[in-house]
Amino acid sequence: MNGKHLIILLAIVLGVFHQDFWNWDDSEFIMGFMPIGLFYHACYSLVAAVLWAFAIKFAWPKDLVDWAENDD
Amino acid sequence: MQIPLIASSASTTPIVVIAIYLCLLLGLAMFSKTLFRGTSTDYFVASRSIGPFMLLMSVFGTTMTAFALVGSTGKAFERGVGTYGLMASSSGLIHAACFFLIGIKLWSFGKKYGYVTQIQFFRDRFESKAIGYLLFPILVCLVIPYLLIGVIGASKTIEGLTSAKSTPKGEKPGMFPELFASYNDAIPPALTGAIICIVVLCYIFAGGSRAAAWANTFQTIVFMLMGILAFYLISDKLGGLDKAIEQAKDSHLVRTPSTGAKGGHIGVPPAMFLTYMFIPLSVGMFPHLFQHWLTARSAKSFRLTVVAHPICIMIVWVPCVLIGLWATGKLPETTPGGAVLAKMVGILIADPIVTGLVTAGILAAIMSSLDSQFLCLGTMFTNDIVIDRYGKDKFTDKQIVKIARLFVIAIVALTYILSIVLYKKSVFDLAVWSFSGFASLTPLVFAALYWKRCSKLGAISSIIAAISVWFYYFKKSGYGGEYTIQAKWIVERFGEGIMPVALSFGAGALAMIVISMVTPKPSKETINKFFPKFG
Repeated sequence: MNGKHLIILLAIVLGVFHQDFWNWDDSEFIMGFMPIGLFYHACYSLVAAVLWAFAIKFAWPKDLVDWAENDD
Repeated sequence: MQIPLIASSASTTPIVVIAIYLCLLLGLAMFSKTLFRGTSTDYFVASRSIGPFMLLMSVFGTTMTAFALVGSTGKAFERGVGTYGLMASSSGLIHAACFFLIGIKLWSFGKKYGYVTQIQFFRDRFESKAIGYLLFPILVCLVIPYLLIGVIGASKTIEGLTSAKSTPKGEKPGMFPELFASYNDAIPPALTGAIICIVVLCYIFAGGSRAAAWANTFQTIVFMLMGILAFYLISDKLGGLDKAIEQAKDSHLVRTPSTGAKGGHIGVPPAMFLTYMFIPLSVGMFPHLFQHWLTARSAKSFRLTVVAHPICIMIVWVPCVLIGLWATGKLPETTPGGAVLAKMVGILIADPIVTGLVTAGILAAIMSSLDSQFLCLGTMFTNDIVIDRYGKDKFTDKQIVKIARLFVIAIVALTYILSIVLYKKSVFDLAVWSFSGFASLTPLVFAALYWKRCSKLGAISSIIAAISVWFYYFKKSGYGGEYTIQAKWIVERFGEGIMPVALSFGAGALAMIVISMVTPKPSKETINKFFPKFG
């Protein structure tokens, strides 16, 4: 499995984890002020940023970009 | 019995603050004009010279409309904590995916083959002029509601700020009881709309894409800072974060669907939560975003945008959702969602300068989308209709810029007139329909970039199928109301209704696959052009 396939797989997994049915009825607070349903999805945003940072590192379309930036 | 007046008139300081902000914006636009190189490429795509930070700010500012500050707070007030997952965290994942998977590829083809519009790309990719003439009116019709959201949203914000209000202590006069008595002492929507349109028109007219990028960067910084400022001051007034969240109603702290005392829908049904994930796909087909992508100096400029976009969404949306939750214990359930942020700022902070600053932030979020949309329509009309019809050689570069500017003026005028006619419409629900329409067209761009076999007839069928299904449900919603499909077979399978975008997207994807498989594939030249072999 190369970097591109791994990133696609991780993106699908992250898409599945968006459906956090286990938090649906939970009104617990994290740090005393953040409802868990909001805290989970705020963390989710951070994880999404990390995923795309990995995508840039391991699945950057270097060949395409070099081709486009070449004036020939 | 006559209601007593509690003051002669409200302070006009917030309007002065907003006026200063608009002047600063115009000053920045005039500065960016000095950088304008006078060519059509500079007007349309800033000579492909925008660096990473300005690309991030302009792309983020463009995707966040009035929804960012006002809509997020209002939806959280109505639906509760599920608002963030429904609209923000899914956008963090999917917007960034579109930038990475679609944006970088389109930028590469734009750079290599000199495209400045989406339609130029689709015409070449599908070897069809007709696809441009089919797509142009659809894209324009989908952008116009998006423009209306901005102009109507701005007018409603200023009307709410300046109008007379009923308070427990009596009737509080508005800001302009002598000038605008017949408008409940408020600045009339027609005047606010005219000012917003003229300001945006001024800088788009002056510097085109480069001015939009500069103005968007400034406005995005302003609305992010003002959102944080409002959050800090409101939480402070409520006694800190711990005390503030105690104000929220229990029903709004979970996603379980329930009905409010006045009949409002609280919570988010799971099927709606799942199918709402199609809506952020709209960024893959926004023509104004396509134009911003093309302004990038190099593909590396995308890196910051791809990574920081979900974080920027979090920085803006988490505070706004929390303010919406706190408001559930402070404001009557019948408060319109669009008025929640302004009311929380007005009631709890009651400082005219802060009120002016936060309102300027709301206008910044609105205008940072409006400018790109006006500009992209001018760019599309000039390149996809006029130049395509008469040929580029018929016009000088200056004439091309002039045509674009004239079309922008025409679109601004049309938007302004429609904003007055449709002022009573619920702008946020209209936004979801606009996004749904664009999202339904995403199979087109995705197949064009990743599927060699997809054909001209497959593409045309995909557009027709997606837009037909979208329009069918748009009509059923009463042309822009909140709507989920409650068909028996859907309710039996999912328990509740689903978002119409799930079906219109599916129709577009299915038509693309089936028709492409049974019609001739693109020529070898076209496949080689868009699927270059490396090494």
